[in-house]
Amino acid sequence: MTNSQFKLYDTSLSSRLIMGTALYPSPQSLIDSVNAGGSEIVTLSLRRETAGDGAANDFWAHIQKLNVNLLPNTAGCKTAKDAITTAQMAREIFGTKWLKLEVIANDDTLQPDLFELVEATKELSSQGFQVFPYTTEDLGAAEKLLEAGAEVLMPWGAPIGTGRGLMNPYALRTMRSYFPDTPLIVDAGIGAPSHAAEAMEMGYDAILLNTAIAKAGDPVAMGKAFKLAVEAGHLAHQALLIEQRDMASPSTPVAGTPFFDLDNLN
Amino acid sequence: MNVTINGKAEEITEITLAALCKRFLDHPHTIATAVNGQFVSVNDRPEYSLKDGDKVEILSPRQGG
Repeated sequence: MTNSQFKLYDTSLSSRLIMGTALYPSPQSLIDSVNAGGSEIVTLSLRRETAGDGAANDFWAHIQKLNVNLLPNTAGCKTAKDAITTAQMAREIFGTKWLKLEVIANDDTLQPDLFELVEATKELSSQGFQVFPYTTEDLGAAEKLLEAGAEVLMPWGAPIGTGRGLMNPYALRTMRSYFPDTPLIVDAGIGAPSHAAEAMEMGYDAILLNTAIAKAGDPVAMGKAFKLAVEAGHLAHQALLIEQRDMASPSTPVAGTPFFDLDNLN
Repeated sequence: MNVTINGKAEEITEITLAALCKRFLDHPHTIATAVNGQFVSVNDRPEYSLKDGDKVEILSPRQGG
């Protein structure tokens, strides 16, 4: 048992690695990396169409071949109003109720605007969307997002694209303990498979990342590395990790230690 | 009339949003539209009459994280 099933809204999934589709060196690299990562969900966006530009259609054709669940985002939106309109457009094109809701507060940190996020979550949930809000570890905001209709929360590990890993493991651990029954996904800031494993060992349900695989020297190999790390972390959580101790404790039995009864010859 | 399409001012002769969308793609379901910040569904485009000064957004699927 390395990969037990879990649910996000009403969809059963096996893979706990959710992958972004941006920044890959080529469309084929994207497809091969998603296959190597074993991801069953990919994120994607909507951007302004340019007349006569076939690039968008090529991308869309490649994604459809992957045959995975689509999680459209509202990346770049800075108000609830813009995010809601983008969400409605995404639902029509992608044919899914799922939405990775991003409402960005600040261009330097790309941190979520929690106030607009809650407002947008409430409206979109009332319109039948299944919202995956990109949020922080703030427990008060998390409670309000759940009250607003979200059934999944996606706290950041670190700011988007930084690859710094879990900046606040204490807060992420607290969040996991505080919401034991809510699917929680660490989204953003993951740079290495060890970061993903750390979050999974804490009991997070899944990991969402993009840059760490797409910008790796070998994205396909890194996709496989993240797949293994997420599975390892999840299995370790299920297997129950040991408590940390302050003092050393021998692992080899003390009883029967040879020469135990001899004085030091010197 | 003069409208803004994806942030760019243009003079157009098309009357409806559906007619304008034909400029962009032969397959209307691979784009989504909004006018003045409000979503306009594919089914509403043929009846949606554009006005002078409208701000039209025409979006298509793209890579995302």
